[in-house]
Amino acid sequence: MKELFRNNKLALAGFLIASFLVAAALLAPWLIPYDPAGQELPSRLAGPSWHHPFGNDELGRDILSRLLMGARVSMRVGGTVVLLSGVVGVLIGGLAGYVGGKLDTFVTVIVIDSLMAFPGILLAIALVAFLGPGLDRTIFALVVIGWVGYARLARGQVLKIKTLEFVEAARALGATSARVYFLHVLPSIIQPVLVQASIGMATAVLAEASLSFLGLGIAPPAPSWGAMLNDGRNHLFDAPHMVVFPSIALVLTVLSFNILADAFRDWLDPKSLKS
Amino acid sequence: MTEVARLRHELGLDRPVLEQYQAYITNLFHGNLGVSFRDQQPVAASIRLRYPATIELAVAALIFSLLFAVPAGVIGAIRKGRAADRGLGVVSLLGVSLPNFALGPLLILLFSIELGLLPVSGRDGILHLILPALTLGMGLAAMTMRMVRGSMLEEIHQDYVRTARAKGLRERTVLFKHALRNGLIPVITVLGLQMGSLLAGAVITETIFSWPGLGRLTIQAINARDYPLAQGCILTISLTYILINLLTDVMYSVVDPRIRL
Repeated sequence: MKELFRNNKLALAGFLIASFLVAAALLAPWLIPYDPAGQELPSRLAGPSWHHPFGNDELGRDILSRLLMGARVSMRVGGTVVLLSGVVGVLIGGLAGYVGGKLDTFVTVIVIDSLMAFPGILLAIALVAFLGPGLDRTIFALVVIGWVGYARLARGQVLKIKTLEFVEAARALGATSARVYFLHVLPSIIQPVLVQASIGMATAVLAEASLSFLGLGIAPPAPSWGAMLNDGRNHLFDAPHMVVFPSIALVLTVLSFNILADAFRDWLDPKSLKS
Repeated sequence: MTEVARLRHELGLDRPVLEQYQAYITNLFHGNLGVSFRDQQPVAASIRLRYPATIELAVAALIFSLLFAVPAGVIGAIRKGRAADRGLGVVSLLGVSLPNFALGPLLILLFSIELGLLPVSGRDGILHLILPALTLGMGLAAMTMRMVRGSMLEEIHQDYVRTARAKGLRERTVLFKHALRNGLIPVITVLGLQMGSLLAGAVITETIFSWPGLGRLTIQAINARDYPLAQGCILTISLTYILINLLTDVMYSVVDPRIRL
């Protein structure tokens, strides 16, 4: 881990920001100065002040408190989506690559390619449109579009790994197919999966915010950065702070996880290390 | 009760699911996407009305990102590691990380409200196109810039570039006529794939700027629980995406004659 940050100040910054965000999300219930849903109507749309450092929104709710609780939502969605889609994707994609044959054709051509035919977040929008908004449904929709990336990656990696000598050696020692797959093949593809997971975290946080921005993600009054941005859109003229602070929070989150992914990749890839 | 039964019959809900699906697919191949629940208009007609606006926005965003990404990528490659390259690197990292629903309102705040230069929303001439195109194209511009930089870095060390220099050609000719032409080949694939996120991003960008395109129609349909319309919109966007990918593959073999489809 140390050499990951030694010559890379950007990676260190990314790591620090990401840790700060995760800590803020974990400790949010104890850090928030106000009830994130508590309305203080006399100070609605009020700009930043000593009492409310990030100002108040259209219902007079404290924006700092909502941002902190929103970090919780973002991290929970991001973490769950990455974990679930990672596990599902690696298991299915890995298995397809390992077994090959008809199963592989079915998984790659029919399942993965059809899911890939929908651009970006559109399939999630479609799913949520029919399921309705909510935390669980948002997570479900994002896993449905998210696992494919891991599956493709895992399949490619397994195809490469399974021809290597150590796999052959394990098999020659009499290990069962399942044993070879779970104990030898899967552990060796973990590194690229980690890089993908770091990007996936940024993607999932963004996707949740996008859905919530469109009113299709987390149901109000739960605070979500995307929903806060959408609220702020109607008050660009009279309360620009409603847009500025959630934007900063979102950019910092996405930026830090993207930087971490870059650093991971450079660190794991011996080719780029020397340059 | 009779009213409910009548509506169920009208929507075909009293038939088996498979039969409903068959009817849907048959209609689909006849260009009939059904009738909107809300305004009782044919879905296909509403989509045809909004489609050009989305294409206009997507093409404008694509042009913007190319205008930014190609020169910036070339500069990044020839000034690798120097201040210009690092500065552009930071810009591209920001561009990738700034989601369009944050960028859009911030651009409106800066250019429309503070500076009063550009209109806030709507579709009425080229001025109205600038902010939405910037918003939609920023992510693509940043990503493409990285691609151009990477592939130019590979090209400028090739033998044919050395030959071109040795012939005494001007550096500009070497870079733009020789290296860039080859360097852009991998970029085309990525552009084709990224058109998908451009189309998905259009849903959000159109909502921000009240741009009367397909994306905004999708969201309006979803919010109104107008399922035939929502289904039609999503289908159209996906088909467009698939078509663009197909075109990309064809383009690829045109640009690089070594590739046969």
